[in-house]
Amino acid sequence: MTVADITSPTDETSKASGTKADWGRTLLIAIPYIWLLIFFLAPFVIVFKISLSDVVIARPPYFPTFDLSEGWQGFLAMLQAFDLENYVWLTEDTLYLNSYLSSLKIASISTLLTLCIGYPIAYSMAKAPQEWRATLLMLVILPFWTSFLIRVYAWIGILKKEGFLNYFLLWTGIIDEPLTILNTDTAIYIGIVYSYLPFMVLPLYAVLEKLDTSLLEAATDLGCSPLKSFWVITLPLSLPGIWAGCFLVFIPALGEFVIPDILGGSSTIMIGKTLWVEFFSNRDWPVASAVAILLLFLLILPIVLFQKQQEKQMEVSR
Amino acid sequence: MTRFNWFNTTTLTLGFAFLYLPIILLMIYSFNESRLVTVWAGFSTRWYQSVFFNESFMNAAWVTLRVGFLSASIATVFGTMAALVLNRAGPFTGKTLFTGMIYAPMVMPEVITGLSLLLLFVSLDFTRGFWTVTLAHITFSMCYAAVVVSARLATFEKDLEEAALDLGCTRFSAFMQVTLPIIFPAILAAWLLAFTLSLDDLVIASFASGPGATTLPMKIYSQVRIGVSPEINALSSILIAVVAIGVVTASLVTKQAQLKRMKEERLATNAS
Repeated sequence: MTVADITSPTDETSKASGTKADWGRTLLIAIPYIWLLIFFLAPFVIVFKISLSDVVIARPPYFPTFDLSEGWQGFLAMLQAFDLENYVWLTEDTLYLNSYLSSLKIASISTLLTLCIGYPIAYSMAKAPQEWRATLLMLVILPFWTSFLIRVYAWIGILKKEGFLNYFLLWTGIIDEPLTILNTDTAIYIGIVYSYLPFMVLPLYAVLEKLDTSLLEAATDLGCSPLKSFWVITLPLSLPGIWAGCFLVFIPALGEFVIPDILGGSSTIMIGKTLWVEFFSNRDWPVASAVAILLLFLLILPIVLFQKQQEKQMEVSR
Repeated sequence: MTRFNWFNTTTLTLGFAFLYLPIILLMIYSFNESRLVTVWAGFSTRWYQSVFFNESFMNAAWVTLRVGFLSASIATVFGTMAALVLNRAGPFTGKTLFTGMIYAPMVMPEVITGLSLLLLFVSLDFTRGFWTVTLAHITFSMCYAAVVVSARLATFEKDLEEAALDLGCTRFSAFMQVTLPIIFPAILAAWLLAFTLSLDDLVIASFASGPGATTLPMKIYSQVRIGVSPEINALSSILIAVVAIGVVTASLVTKQAQLKRMKEERLATNAS
């Protein structure tokens, strides 16, 4: 059994237990490793391969396909048929550039909005009485467990013209005419902020809760106003949480499909939606693959930055 | 510092209202008599009845539950193995790649994961349907499971395992008798997380699935595109209730286990 070998405490004992344990260790590593190689890494190689292919009306709808029976010759023939046509196409048609730019814009603005809403919540949670904190934390996490699709769907009933929000605003007399919110960018912002708020609140809460309150007391003793001591002490010390939260919201928001599709209008194009349409409606698999590869490149920078920031955090906490 | 002040109270009230009002409104209006979703016309459970008599919903629910159960169970086993590799197996060639492959699926946009898996299935000439969705779900939820179990493994010392080995346990029995009981709450949490991820997933399932294997989110999505319907409200409320009950029960069970362990530890220290 593979689990046999989890403990490998010291080198001496692992040598003592002999080759059987080595086999166990190898199997323990090999099973998840091979699984991920086949079902996670290999698919990306295939996406890259197909992004260099041409679309044809066939099954599967791309050319060239690799025929194993032709062996090495077939592989070479396939290599020769590859070209960068799809990537050229992506630069020529402004649709793709526009979807990348609008994804960047929407993801950035909604990340900022989520920060502005999430920070006060995390701050208040960290300042809440000790016995309340676990419950509050649970309350933040709980919506995350309910279906994403359903939570986004719930906003249609609120935002549409005859929805709850307009009903409420008309009733209070704030507006005279119903607002059009559904199928606009505003609806997408609301959807993203709502769906990803826990991702922002949790890392912020983690740093704010550990904040050394004696620093704030010292600042007050030295004559700082509460606002100033927040500005010079709390905010700078919570920067790691701000970074982590922003990355956790920005990265998934960039490739978001469900929110722009359900809440956004037809004029809003985001890259996730473009990929979906390219694949399911236009059935252009090679172009969809090229879009995916470019989206991946767009994500590499924030992901690497996030990784670096996490590593720095780990070192500091050590 | 230890009491709520007006600022904190207001923020928390508004914040939680924002988080919960949409779901609460949806649940209330699932009991609405009228077909017009936002106009209240009296209490009724007719939409719940129509959900239960809707064969396509029930079929989709059955597919979703089977995929969820199977994929969560396998993903938890693989995820636990991966967590052990990350925390206990020591260095080996390619560990960086392994770690990367565990964390990458969590930040990968679903459209990319879905597309890439679909293209793999097409290349391998798999018939798309129940099994391809299950394979896809195992792959992404095992990474989440690995992270959850790994967080638990990282916080407890290897002392206990080493003690068991010193006392003559084989590695396998040390794992079964010492490690497994300690990390069991985390494994349970990992299973639940994997199960809900599978239950929720629309994008990856849409890519990986084929005719005959429509999952509930796919069914809901196709209905949502047409507009808000009270049936979907009722179905959503059922799903939310099931998940909420599951999560709350699980957290109570873990809490109980934790209290019991703390009590035992205290007794043990007192005895010595």
